[in-house]
Amino acid sequence: MPKNNENMMSVKGLTKVFKSGVFKPQYTVAVKDVSFDIKPGTILSLIGESGSGKTTIGKLILKLLKPTAGQIYYKNKDVAQINDKKEVKEYYKKVQGIFQDPFATFNPLYRVDRIFEIIFSSFGYDQTNKEERIHKVLNDVNLNPGRILGKFPHQLSGGQLQRLLIARALLMDVDVLIADELISMLDASTRIGVLNLLVDLCKENGMSVLFITHDLNLGYYISDYTLIMYKGRLVEKGDTKKVYQNPIHPYTKMLFNSVPDIGRRWDKEEEFLPEQVVDDVRKFYATNQGRGIEEIEEEHSVLFSLK
Amino acid sequence: MTSEFWKEHENLYYALTNKKVIFGLVVFSLVIMLAIFGPLLTPYDYEEYAGDPYLAPSAKHFFGTTIMGKDVFTRTVYGLRSTILVGFIAGTIATLIGCIIGFLAGYFGGTLFDELLMMFTNIFVVIPQLALLIVISAFLKARGIVVMSVIVAATAWPWTARAVRSQTLSLKNQEYVNLSRISGLGVMRILKDDIASNMFSYVFMVFIQQFNGTMLATVQLEFLGLGPTRGISLGLVMQDAVNWNAIQLGMWWWSIIPGLILTIMITALYFVNTGLDAAFNPRLREM
Repeated sequence: MPKNNENMMSVKGLTKVFKSGVFKPQYTVAVKDVSFDIKPGTILSLIGESGSGKTTIGKLILKLLKPTAGQIYYKNKDVAQINDKKEVKEYYKKVQGIFQDPFATFNPLYRVDRIFEIIFSSFGYDQTNKEERIHKVLNDVNLNPGRILGKFPHQLSGGQLQRLLIARALLMDVDVLIADELISMLDASTRIGVLNLLVDLCKENGMSVLFITHDLNLGYYISDYTLIMYKGRLVEKGDTKKVYQNPIHPYTKMLFNSVPDIGRRWDKEEEFLPEQVVDDVRKFYATNQGRGIEEIEEEHSVLFSLK
Repeated sequence: MTSEFWKEHENLYYALTNKKVIFGLVVFSLVIMLAIFGPLLTPYDYEEYAGDPYLAPSAKHFFGTTIMGKDVFTRTVYGLRSTILVGFIAGTIATLIGCIIGFLAGYFGGTLFDELLMMFTNIFVVIPQLALLIVISAFLKARGIVVMSVIVAATAWPWTARAVRSQTLSLKNQEYVNLSRISGLGVMRILKDDIASNMFSYVFMVFIQQFNGTMLATVQLEFLGLGPTRGISLGLVMQDAVNWNAIQLGMWWWSIIPGLILTIMITALYFVNTGLDAAFNPRLREM
């Protein structure tokens, strides 16, 4: 339930080019001219294939990378201008992330409790009911505090580690949560529980979630808005129902066609060859030259050509 | 309880059960014990004319006497003490400087700050070590153990800085560093908790190597006559032996034993180092 119509976060023309090498630099365009808004209490899913720049967008929002061009606004404040130590902390108090690989997200040398301890000490939270609060969020993500706390990361499974990270984010009262492949490591039974928990939090606290995934079904289940990425560009975005019911961009169409469906045999492989998609996209851009991004209906826009 | 302990300190377990490490540590401790307890075994002072000159090793003079009648055993064990001390101090300083510069340059990899630090390091790399040491040593009127250590350390740190930098560069891209960053931790805290502590085994090996290297460099300097102006050290014993033509005179106990002990110690540390490499690197582990 959005509190107001003002954007929680707004991304404008975001571009990230990676440069490698000093004397003979090679440039990789990871994200190109991406714009979208995050409204309070909504879930956006950012869908795209591997290497399409999804994770890079998450890292740019979390200030882990510096954008080459474009701006990110959090509550109308340019995130790039937040450099003061105190302000950065305030920003991270409200904008948090969960990373893709839970095994890599834990420092192998420390017990897992450390991620909670750090939050309390670093953000200056009230320590009095620390344990209770930690236990509560652990229970929320279906973990038994007695069996998890005090363990080392290598003693826990990927799913348990990922739920710990979710618990960490829940412990904080965040405005925007960047969830990168959040439930990839969870088993089916926990998955729904965690998703519903996130949805509830959004509704209750007005938290927004940027859900980075490549799972279309999941995107449909959870999100209010859908962003489709292809080769670093946002090719289609809008209200989830509208995008799913009326995909326009050839890449989006391909995505929806290639979702495996229970009850339908997989016999259309030849249609989804990557080269075919590249070709289709090229033709699509060629026939729509000069149109750029256009809104085809309310809250549904498509990238028609690269201009 | 004990099995729990080993599970948590797996690396330590692999380190202490590695044959090379055990062998190296045993030999190294023997040499250390010689340095610690050796002076208690001898009734002489290292500058004292303890007996007849030109005596072969015997029960009275374990390593014989010099051409002046000084006790070689006494001189060797006292020399060993100061050489180990110089190696330890210089090795520590070199490791510290190398690590600090390496950590900072690596963490800020690719920035101007990194470039400047690396430029500074590279300048030290191209300066010929021995020439610099000779010049600095020659300028100082009196040289004690600490001054020696500082001189040697000043030229020993660059390779450590470069190696630590590249390790840091790869560690800082770990997701757990990102997690610390979005938890609002400061640079120093991240360097300490997430990067340095994960490099502990590596830094430990670097230290052993620096210890070795600085000890050798010190002995070299002393051998060239640029050692401490007072006191005794292994290099001075060896320099003395060469100056008095000990080899030509057949006094092998004077010319060979001090160098042999140094060689044994450095070899032992080399064994520890290669053994630790296998212990800390799972891919090299002998199962």
